[in-house]
Amino acid sequence: MLAKRIIPCLDVSAGRVVKGVNFVELRDAGDPVEVARRYDEQGADEITFLDITASSDDRNIILHVVEQVAEQVFIPLTVGGGVRTVDDVRRLLNAGADKVSMNTAAVNNPQLVAEAAGKVGSQCIVVAIDAKQVAPGKWEVFTHGGRNRTGLDVIEWAQRIAALGAGEILLTSMDRDGTKNGFDLGLTRAVSDAVSIPVIASGGVGSLEHLADGVTLGRADAVLAASIFHFGDHTVRDAKELMRARGIEVRL
Amino acid sequence: MSTVAIIDYGMGNLRSVAKAIEHIAPAATVVVTADPVEVLSADRVVFPGQGAMPDCMGELDARGLRPAVLEAARSKPFLGICIGQQMLFEHSEEGNVPGLGIFKGEVRRFPADKMVAADGSRLKVPHMGWNEVWQKQAHPLWANIEDGARFYYVHSYYVDPADPSIIAATTDYGIPFTGAVAQANIFAIQFHPEKSAQAGLQLLSNFMSWKP
Repeated sequence: MLAKRIIPCLDVSAGRVVKGVNFVELRDAGDPVEVARRYDEQGADEITFLDITASSDDRNIILHVVEQVAEQVFIPLTVGGGVRTVDDVRRLLNAGADKVSMNTAAVNNPQLVAEAAGKVGSQCIVVAIDAKQVAPGKWEVFTHGGRNRTGLDVIEWAQRIAALGAGEILLTSMDRDGTKNGFDLGLTRAVSDAVSIPVIASGGVGSLEHLADGVTLGRADAVLAASIFHFGDHTVRDAKELMRARGIEVRL
Repeated sequence: MSTVAIIDYGMGNLRSVAKAIEHIAPAATVVVTADPVEVLSADRVVFPGQGAMPDCMGELDARGLRPAVLEAARSKPFLGICIGQQMLFEHSEEGNVPGLGIFKGEVRRFPADKMVAADGSRLKVPHMGWNEVWQKQAHPLWANIEDGARFYYVHSYYVDPADPSIIAATTDYGIPFTGAVAQANIFAIQFHPEKSAQAGLQLLSNFMSWKP
């Protein structure tokens, strides 16, 4: 049986892994290669890098990070953050990324999803959706870390990007992100049931149980988390052992 | 130590495959090449592929690489990966295009009506992630790899060989499908060894020491 995936997410700024403390202060959390290797050893199924570099001058640094990690870590790597054009996608893939995640650029120009999938294949294209609940059972797509509303309904948008050729959806609940209260399971399940492509649940993980809930109750194909693994409280292996104990198929 | 040519016809990133082989065989010379002469002078050949099969076939011919691929598949230890496995077959449902026809059989899309898990939930396509690979024949490329070991897959189409005796492994995803085929000097797999952690590196290492 296909295993449900656990994906640690690393925020990278100017070539270093950073941890946000209360969303304000960014603290250096190490060398991306070292951190990625540690997660690989713990049994991570993939690794996602989110480039949060503020200055566009520093954008090329992420390419070197990806090159270095891809030389030493032999599991799939996804990279997102600041991806605006098909050329951006290509550069990241050529550096060693397996998938590239786009968010705002897809909202601004949905054809970019089709164009990129046509050029490099759907399997390389992840569309990230930042969702906020606007009514019971209804969520809207937001951009810019939840600041800008788009007027797009999350379910309709998910179906549209799947039809345009996205290979996977990275779904983040902006209501839950940073709360440690668990995924928005209603949102996750609604999107996962609405599309035929895999959905990665993200936003709100505060315990290992939350990861398992994302799969069992949210019907996510994969679960993504950052802080729960970064601060050393839990390893990826701990998460998989708990998921297995709850009857979820994992790679251990 | 031997030279291994990774055939580059412009479809997808071959860097990961090259890096993985360099990692497990540091003494080998790894060349990523679109030059038929280099392909034919290598000791071993890796034939990868990403994206859509019609594009892959088109690019292969546009670069004049078909004769070199056919010759390498006849005479050298030859490893097909992903679309590089699918292209060895006669025909694909994807874009309704002919393949190289080295193996008889069809490349099929996962049937929508069979994509249901045991708990009734929908199985997603592409089939993406780590799944169990069940070995169907003893083969040097399975050395030190457990039966049922998990490898990383990402694909929407799979090969359906006309001759079941070439099936080297199967995987279950809604239906049992062929994950690997083997015949003489050819071994071809749908999953990605370069992204399959320890099991994948072991398979690549087995390929590098294979004497068919």
